[in-house]
Amino acid sequence: MFETLSDRLTTVFTTLRSKGRLSEADIDATAREIRIALLEADVALPVVRLFIERVKERARGSEVSQALNPAQQVVKIVNEELIEILGGETRMVRFAKTPPTVIMLAGLQGAGKTTLAGKLAKWLRDQRHEPLLVAADLQRPNAVGQLQVLGERAEVAVFAPQPGNGVGDPVAVARESIDHARRNNHDVVVIDTAGRLGVDEEMMKQAADIRDAVSPDEILFVVDAMIGQDAVNTAQAFMDGVGYDGVVLTKLDGDARGGAALSIRQVTGRPIMFASTGEKLADFDVFQPDRMASRILDMGDILTLIEQAEKTFDAEQTAKMATKFASGEDFTLEDFLEQMMMVRKLGPIGNLLGMMPGMGQMRDQISQVDDNQLDRLAAIIRSMTPAERANPKILNGSRRARIANGSGTAVGEVSALVTKFAEAQKMMRQMANGGMPGMPGMPGMGKRAKGKGKQDKKKKRKGGNPAKAAEREAQKAAERAARREQPGAVPGAPGMPQLPPGMPPLPPGGKMPDLSNLKFPKK
Amino acid sequence: MDYVILAVILLIVVVLAGAVALLRPGRRTAAPPAEQADSTVSDGATATGAGQDEADDAGVGILDRPGVPPTPEVETPPPSAGRMVRLRARLARSQSGFGKTLLNLLSRDALDDDAWDQIEDTLITADVGVASARAVVEDLRTKVKVAGTRDPEEVRGLLKAELLTQLGTDLDRTLHTAPHGERPAVVMVVGVNGTGKTTTCGKLARVLIGDGGSVVLGAADTFRAAAADQLETWGSRVGATIVRGPEGADPASVAYEAVSSGIAGKVSTVIVDTAGRLHTKTGLMDELGKVKRVIEKQSEVDEILLVLDATTGQNGLRQAQVFAEVVNVTGIVLTKLDGTAKGGIVVQVQRELGVPVKLVGLGEGPDDLAPFDPETFIDAILAD
Ligand SMILES: Nc1nc2c(ncn2[C@@H]2O[C@H](COP(=O)(O)OP(=O)(O)OP(=O)(O)O)[C@@H](O)[C@H]2O)c(=O)[nH]1
Ligand SMILES: Nc1nc2c(ncn2[C@@H]2O[C@H](COP(=O)(O)OP(=O)(O)O)[C@@H](O)[C@H]2O)c(=O)[nH]1
Ligand SMILES: [Mg+2]
Ligand SMILES: [Mg+2]
Repeated sequence: MFETLSDRLTTVFTTLRSKGRLSEADIDATAREIRIALLEADVALPVVRLFIERVKERARGSEVSQALNPAQQVVKIVNEELIEILGGETRMVRFAKTPPTVIMLAGLQGAGKTTLAGKLAKWLRDQRHEPLLVAADLQRPNAVGQLQVLGERAEVAVFAPQPGNGVGDPVAVARESIDHARRNNHDVVVIDTAGRLGVDEEMMKQAADIRDAVSPDEILFVVDAMIGQDAVNTAQAFMDGVGYDGVVLTKLDGDARGGAALSIRQVTGRPIMFASTGEKLADFDVFQPDRMASRILDMGDILTLIEQAEKTFDAEQTAKMATKFASGEDFTLEDFLEQMMMVRKLGPIGNLLGMMPGMGQMRDQISQVDDNQLDRLAAIIRSMTPAERANPKILNGSRRARIANGSGTAVGEVSALVTKFAEAQKMMRQMANGGMPGMPGMPGMGKRAKGKGKQDKKKKRKGGNPAKAAEREAQKAAERAARREQPGAVPGAPGMPQLPPGMPPLPPGGKMPDLSNLKFPKK
Repeated sequence: MDYVILAVILLIVVVLAGAVALLRPGRRTAAPPAEQADSTVSDGATATGAGQDEADDAGVGILDRPGVPPTPEVETPPPSAGRMVRLRARLARSQSGFGKTLLNLLSRDALDDDAWDQIEDTLITADVGVASARAVVEDLRTKVKVAGTRDPEEVRGLLKAELLTQLGTDLDRTLHTAPHGERPAVVMVVGVNGTGKTTTCGKLARVLIGDGGSVVLGAADTFRAAAADQLETWGSRVGATIVRGPEGADPASVAYEAVSSGIAGKVSTVIVDTAGRLHTKTGLMDELGKVKRVIEKQSEVDEILLVLDATTGQNGLRQAQVFAEVVNVTGIVLTKLDGTAKGGIVVQVQRELGVPVKLVGLGEGPDDLAPFDPETFIDAILAD
């Protein structure tokens, strides 16, 4: 009954021994198993159909891999597609220009809204915000009391002027809360609302009225990771009824596959922003598409195999890149494109950046970077000739116009890329040659940070797959970051203590710039 | 590797966000200098944290009809007959699209592979699972072939028979809530987080009281914020006595107290609400086993109801398996059937575990609970 996809695919693999070309039959056999696995992971049927089509199409057009057999190739494509759809354009909370920033929660009964409200409040407070929780669920018995208890635990103020249990007008409460927040210097307002069904028109109308009363900066749709095929109906009903800007998956601490993540992302196009992973206030994470992808299909062991098969190639590439950085040899646009695509595979850029230690102060800039922009950059670089990529200096006006045309961008964008890339190149050279002038050391960067010897040993022991290790570390960093009391107080730099083999040691004292005080030369 | 990643990311930020942006002062660094004095307290107009003061009680106490504002009046439940009609209508409204799709497909002129695939797909979208959906289609296919019929009425008959087989007609769905002489029946309500356990306790108490019984509710969810208050509200709404302990109390001892107070008060049924717990958390599952064992020191547990949310997908089967292992589940309550979810996972749950669905939840109101009768259920689904 609970045969995993890995088990199933192993059967498929044994029948497909040939390396090289992907035949239609290979693709079909693999796709059939993946279809079933997706359905058993609760991905909604219409989404499964779309997804399988996409995978098949890509598989047909994909280049023959040197390292993998056909079924492995399909699995790899599946994984990449999953990550791409799940990640796509991810972003962090958008804060309003003039406070308070208003965040409204909506979802089915029992989804985890109230708990999430508490978690968000704590998370915001940890980032030195001054959040206000608003009790606008006046329906469920003692929902108001529940929120008050959570507010106490999170040490965050709660606005609860109405007793609830059917008494009071949630729209009025929400409206008044904004004024209350202004008067009491709260810069973020988190509104908990009653659970409601997609088919309940009256309650949907109420949600829309709350929305209209407070014009939220973010409406978050909260959904239980255990939800089955109904995910699409409900996600759509809430989209039509109130609309939302982001999705939060809850109860990810269980063993549900969480296919709903894929369904909702695909159907609504809204990014999944957070993961709720337990009943305690700290059980809260930024959503990680790659982790979700392997959770949905449980392809862990197969992917490890694939990674291993490909590792040799990757290792070569990385080594090449590292020498390039280190030797001061010019890092070209070609390299930039290649590396950018590699980094992109690791997940949404916003999340990665958020995980980097010392980036606390950079959140504003980080939040401006989204994956669409990466795609635009990639498009621009791809429209260049190899010569142009190697030497952007030759890009005169007419070349720039041609590139802009070819990539569907503006000439200004092309020029901006060229200028900024030149700055970046300079910065790379400086970093490689002993750090940037006037930059304090990055705390804990590299092995030479104070008193990190013990940790180093632990890290080394893990060894093994570097990508996995990096992922583990990044995960830990994110966890720590979520729990820490003050931004920027992360000890060490868990994201990147391991240097690749053949990498020259970083200058003593860590000459990587402290990102929180990063300054760049002005143009 | 990691260094390269960081370097590249840095580059990306430089190229994308630009140096200018990086130099812009962080706009949120100017946080209010003084610590907000009100940050730990409710600074809104004070709402009544119902029963919060009781939470300070050291021991477990019996609160007969606690004064939870607004003062609820216990209404007399409507007659059972009227309730069934109303609920059937609600079920038909939310679920009949499913029945209609199946009927339409089956009455097609050409019942070809494509039509059968669509039937399978319709079943899959009801969360019955791929394997079950296939089995149903195989079965139905043979039956239709044997019967050789296209007549809409007969097709409907075949479909109904098939769905009935899937839901099981031979399972005993009696709810064991009747007292044994002097001693009350004991019901435990269990399930993962947020499925509707507390609500079910309230609704069930209401049914029993409507039938002339008396009920003690045991608030053995001592974990979730305001969980006992929620049950207390239900208690006063439906006229049941509640036994609760302080927040964080040992759930087993609260359950024990509830049962002994039920025995002492000669009530007909004790219903013990438990905290939602994911079946994957062994510590919490052990705790649940302990609650049951401690109750059993005084009384047998007559009914252990597992509450499953109809929106739950394939994970529902895992939940049922683990809960059944830990506490010997005797019945399923399928809640939130008033939404668009079909709750098809119960087909697998019933078949794999032999545990019948005994009750269905069709709304948030006190009377939105109905006994599960496969025949009525399917009639509602296939209603015109
Ligand atoms: N529409 C609908 N909502 C329901 C139904 N049953 C419960 N609910 C709602 O679902 C939410 C969760 O219900 P609870 O009874 O608190 O669930 P629980 O299992 O006790 O939750 P925890 O104790 O927090 O694990 C509440 O908002 C209920 O009003 C139902 O049959 N239909
Ligand atoms: N295990 C687990 N339980 C959760 C999570 N989020 C919420 N819950 C629980 O799910 C139940 C319903 O949550 P609640 O916040 O009241 O949901 P709401 O009805 O949407 O406001 C409660 O028992 C919560 O403790 C989570 O991420 N993991
Ligand atoms: Mg709530
Ligand atoms: Mg409860």
